[in-house]
Amino acid sequence: MIFAGIDVGGKNVHIVITKDGTILAKVEGPTGINKAEAAEKLYEEALKKAGLKRGDISRVVATGSSGSRVAFADGVIPDAAADARGVIKLIPSARTIIDVGAEEGRAIKIGPEGRVLDFAINERCAAGTGTFVDTMSRALEVSVEEMAKLSLQSTRSIPMNAQCAVFGESEVVSLIHQKTPKHDIARAVHDAIAGRVSSVARIVGLEKDVVMIGGVAKNTGFTESLKRDIGMDVNVPDDPEFVSALGAATAAATGVLEEKVEAKVVEKEMIEEGKS
Amino acid sequence: MVEAKKVEYWRWPEASWVNPDIDWQKGKLVTVGVDVGSVSSQAVIMVDGQLYAYSNTRTGSDSPDSAWKCVNMALKDSNLKVDNVDYCIGTGYGRVNVPMAQQAITEIACHARGANFLYGPEIRTVLDMGGQDCKAIRCDERGKVTKFMMNDKCAAGTGRGMEVFADLIRVPVWEIGSRSFQIEKEPPMISSTCVVFAKTEVVGLLQEGVPENDIMAAYCAAMAHRITELLNRLGMEEKFAITGGIAKNEGVVKRLEKELGVKAADKVWYDPNMRDKGLPFDTQIAGGIGAALFAFAMLERGKAQSARKA
Repeated sequence: MIFAGIDVGGKNVHIVITKDGTILAKVEGPTGINKAEAAEKLYEEALKKAGLKRGDISRVVATGSSGSRVAFADGVIPDAAADARGVIKLIPSARTIIDVGAEEGRAIKIGPEGRVLDFAINERCAAGTGTFVDTMSRALEVSVEEMAKLSLQSTRSIPMNAQCAVFGESEVVSLIHQKTPKHDIARAVHDAIAGRVSSVARIVGLEKDVVMIGGVAKNTGFTESLKRDIGMDVNVPDDPEFVSALGAATAAATGVLEEKVEAKVVEKEMIEEGKS
Repeated sequence: MVEAKKVEYWRWPEASWVNPDIDWQKGKLVTVGVDVGSVSSQAVIMVDGQLYAYSNTRTGSDSPDSAWKCVNMALKDSNLKVDNVDYCIGTGYGRVNVPMAQQAITEIACHARGANFLYGPEIRTVLDMGGQDCKAIRCDERGKVTKFMMNDKCAAGTGRGMEVFADLIRVPVWEIGSRSFQIEKEPPMISSTCVVFAKTEVVGLLQEGVPENDIMAAYCAAMAHRITELLNRLGMEEKFAITGGIAKNEGVVKRLEKELGVKAADKVWYDPNMRDKGLPFDTQIAGGIGAALFAFAMLERGKAQSARKA
């Protein structure tokens, strides 16, 4: 039987089509403004790539922040459930999942069968998301890929004062003006976001094995910073940005869509009381 | 090759002013307050505690340069020289890097003191809406700080956030307030707190064809909402006054007043003399005024020595 999983995120749509547990096709495209249309278009593309017609797919399950916009889906599962099912399929020893996408960062604690035990999310603040990395790479005038490579060359850790992406941009510019080497700035950026991500992960607790997925997992500069920050190894599966879609396809295959997942929403405390 | 000049919508006009009614040579003490903020810098020059001159400029990448820039601009239409100054106090984000200052005092203390001078002794709550932070301050009748709350970690609710928005929507930052009222009906506010995510939301609204003025209204309302949270945490006591750059944005101020259910003090001089003479009232110079007043008080009470060279 053939199944499809569709992950509609803040920035990208990912689709995975599976047959008897193996992947037939995977496609990626921008979410854009009209999310429903983007999903529809990309689904056609995925079917074409797999040489299939709509009627060949037994069940379609959607997930992601705009998963509910997918009109042709037979069901929708929460992101955390999709992440858990995708990860446990690839790395059965996983107990903590860190998923950092373009516009959110979340940490999920899972049981041996991939059941979601605890879940925390930051979706209110760009610090600690892929958007932070994108913004800083633009300020540094290098691509995200280059920034990752540069970061690995650095042996010096400079703390960034700014937590906010807007203030961080000005800080990167002033570091450039101070003639700080680019590789040290790149590492400072990754250290900063790793700090924000790990603080979300610590809410659920870090337990071995830690698996990182989502688009930001491809950034080796970031994963190195995260390893240093948490003092643990971090496993990244191949194509980490497709894991959530794979999880949705797995859910479609098992037909188990009922999963209640309640998140601890991370609200960053920005207001400080002053002493006079 | 002709290159199109990039319009900088965030770039608000700089200003300076000299009081024509004061002859500084007849005064005893010349004091200066230099407020080097993260986005703007002001120099305020006082003669015996009276406002003599001020400037309001954009902060550059270097604090000492920014301090010199605003001091020189305040002095440019006067024959007063830096050497004639008795005492100078630096304040603001860059206060420890003000080369001509003898001392530094926090901007919290200076803003409360400055608001007391601008708006009068009945002010109990001062909201300083700055370039990269926002502070809610409670003070007594002498402008002494009793308690404060601040957000300096997140650009939402700060002047920088408004500048980012101005650049995105391509409308000069000082026009946003008035244009935000040219709407048929108040739209729902921008739902993202984060400035970066709000940008994405605004781009989406523009692509949907939502009128620009409505988007400005939605952004101003979101900013007002954010600042209300800060004031509610502090606990607000009337009278209430606003200082800083965002105080000039009616789009935010009116919506803030509406959400709070409290009107902010009118932007006019408390001192009837200054009001009658029609002296310019600038909410951005509160910190500089406070610093210059502290300098004056210290000299008068013998707590500091004049550093005058000429």
